[in-house]
Amino acid sequence: MEYYLQLFINGLVVGSIYSLVALGFVVIYKATKVVNFAQGEMVMVGAYVCFGLTVQLHVPFIWAFLMTLGFSVLLGLAVERLALRPLIGEAHICVIMVTIGLSSVLKSVVQLIWGTQIKVYPEVLPTTPIIIAGMPVAPVYIAAFALSGVLFAVFTVFFKYSRMGIAMRATAHDQQAAQSMGIGIRGIFALSWCIASVVSTVGGVILGNINGINSHLGVLGLKVFPAVILGGLDSLLGAALGGLIIGVLENVCDGLAKDLFDLGGFREVAAFVVLVAILMIKPYGLFGTEEIERV
Amino acid sequence: MRGKCGLFFESYRAEAAVFQSGFQKTCLGLFVAALLLSPWVLDSYAVSMLNLICIAVIGAVSLSLLTGVCGQISLGHGAFLGVGAYAAAQATMHGVPFLAALLLGGFSAALAGMVFGVPSLRLKGIYLAIATLAAQLILEYVFLHWESATGGSRGLIVDAPQILGFSFNNERRMFYLLLVAAALSLLMVTNVLRTRHGRAFVSIRDFYLSAEIAGVNLFAYKLAAFGLSSFLAGVAGGLWAHYTLFLSAEQFGISLSISYLAMIIIGGLGSITGSVMGAVFMTLLPEVLNGLSGSISSVLPDISQHINALREGVFGLVLMLFLIFEPEGLANRWRLIKAYWKLYPFAH
Repeated sequence: MEYYLQLFINGLVVGSIYSLVALGFVVIYKATKVVNFAQGEMVMVGAYVCFGLTVQLHVPFIWAFLMTLGFSVLLGLAVERLALRPLIGEAHICVIMVTIGLSSVLKSVVQLIWGTQIKVYPEVLPTTPIIIAGMPVAPVYIAAFALSGVLFAVFTVFFKYSRMGIAMRATAHDQQAAQSMGIGIRGIFALSWCIASVVSTVGGVILGNINGINSHLGVLGLKVFPAVILGGLDSLLGAALGGLIIGVLENVCDGLAKDLFDLGGFREVAAFVVLVAILMIKPYGLFGTEEIERV
Repeated sequence: MRGKCGLFFESYRAEAAVFQSGFQKTCLGLFVAALLLSPWVLDSYAVSMLNLICIAVIGAVSLSLLTGVCGQISLGHGAFLGVGAYAAAQATMHGVPFLAALLLGGFSAALAGMVFGVPSLRLKGIYLAIATLAAQLILEYVFLHWESATGGSRGLIVDAPQILGFSFNNERRMFYLLLVAAALSLLMVTNVLRTRHGRAFVSIRDFYLSAEIAGVNLFAYKLAAFGLSSFLAGVAGGLWAHYTLFLSAEQFGISLSISYLAMIIIGGLGSITGSVMGAVFMTLLPEVLNGLSGSISSVLPDISQHINALREGVFGLVLMLFLIFEPEGLANRWRLIKAYWKLYPFAH
C-alpha cells in the first residue's frame, strides 16, 4: 500500500508539471485555436537555457531563472510572429504541421548546442526529505507542487479580473466581436504565446531540478494531450485537474501493470489508453465547451 | 502538343480519363522506360534510393488518400505501416507465399486503421489528430512489448521475398518488384478518386454537412477511407519489411508518421502527383544532407557527430518554410512552371 501511496505522490508531482505545460497549451488554444505540438520542446528549451546560465555561465540560480523567463518571452514572441502569424486562417493540418516542424527545429537546436547527454541541475533546495503523513517527500517535489499551484492561482485571477485577461477571453469567444470592440487580436495572440512559453519554461526548470534534463524532454509535450483532452481543450481548471489526474493515473497504472501483468513501461501509454476512452465517451472533456452544430 | 492552348473535353468520359492528352501519355511512357532502364545504369546505392522512394511513394499516396482527399488527419500512419510490416513478416515466416503475405499485411493494417478510425465519426480536426496520435503511441507500445510476434526490442529478421521460386535478393531485382507495386498503388488510388467513393471523400473533406445532405454516409465513407489508406500503408509496410530484411519497433515511431505527413504537405495536399514528389523530396533530403556534411567535414571536422540533430532541424525548417511560403506544395509549383512554358515566350 505504501508503494502505491508513493506512486500517488510521484504522480501528483509529475502531474503538476503536466498541468503547467497543459496550462500553456490551453492558453494558446483558447486564444488562437492553434494546437501546439511544440509545447514539450518549449519546456525543453527553457530548461536548457536555465541550465546553461547557471552551470555554464555561473549565474546565481534566481537571476538565471529570471533571465530564462525573459528569454522565453522573446521565444514566444518570435515563434508567434515568424511561424504562426503567416498561417492564420489556414487548415488545421497546416497549423499542426508547422508546430511539429517547430518542435523539430527547437529539438535540433538544443541538441546542437548541448548534445544529447543528460544534464544535472545544481542543488537549489536542500535534499533532506520532509515527512508528510509518514511519507518522506523531497522538498523539491513540494516546491514544484506549490509553484504550479501559485501559477494557476495567478492565471485564474489574471483571466478573471485583469483587463488583458478579459480581452483574451473575449478573443477566444468570438474574434470578430472582440475586434470590433477595439481589442488588438495580434497583441492577444502574441501575449498568449508568451504566457505559454513562460509557463512551459517554469515547468522545464522544475523538471530539471527533479530529474535532470536530456534532449528527449520534448516527449512531455505529447503527454499533455491526454491531460488537456480530459480537462477539456479550452478550460484552465480542466488543464490543472487533467494534468494532475493523468499524472497520478499513469503512475498508478504503471505500478499495477508491473504487479499484476509483469508489464514494463506501461507508463508511456497508460495516459493514451485513457485518452482514447475519453474521446469515445466524452470528447469535450470535463470542463470543455461543447461545440454543438445545427444545420 | 496540338494547336490548342488547353484541354477541351467533349465528353465526360474524356474529362475523367486518367491521362488527358497524348503528350502526357508520351511523357509518362518515356519516364517509365527511363525508370525501367535506370538500375542498369545507376550504381547500387542510387538503386537503393529508388527503392526507398518507391516504398515512400506507396505510403505517401495512401496517406494522401486519407488526409489530403478525405480530410481526416492521421498522425498514426507510421504505426499502421508497422502493423502491415510485422503481419507480412510473420506470415512469410510461417510459410505463406510472399504476395499473399503482402495482402495479409495490408488487411491487418486496414483492420487496425479501421478500429482506430471509428472515433472519426464523432471527432473532427484536431480531436481526430489527437486520437490518431494515441493510436500511434499505443501501437508503438504493442510493437515493443508483444515479443512473441514482433521480437520486441531485439527486432525481427525477415527473409528476402520470393515469388514462384524467384528470389528478389538484390537491389536491382527488388527495384522492379517495388516499382510495380508503386505503379499499381498509384493506379489504384487514381482510379478510386474517379469513382463514387473518391467523390464522396472529396465532398466529406470540403464540407461534411453538405456531404451528408447529398446522401454520403459519413461513417461508412470515413471508415472506408481509413481502411483503404491503411491497407496501402500495410502493403508499403510489408514491402519495407522484405526490403530492409530487419524490423524493429523504433522504425515505426511517430517520426515516421510525421515524415509521411510532411511528404504530402510538401508535395501538395490532395494531389497524387504531389505526394509522389513529396516522397521523392523527403527521401532524398537526408541523403543530400549526408553528402553535404561529408563534403564540408574537412572544414568542420566534428559535423558528423551532429548530423542527426542537423538532419532533424533541417527537416523541421524545410517543413515550416514550405508551409509558410509554398502552402500549395511542389505540385502547384510544377503546375505553374508548366503553365509558364506552355505559352512561352508569350506569357502575359
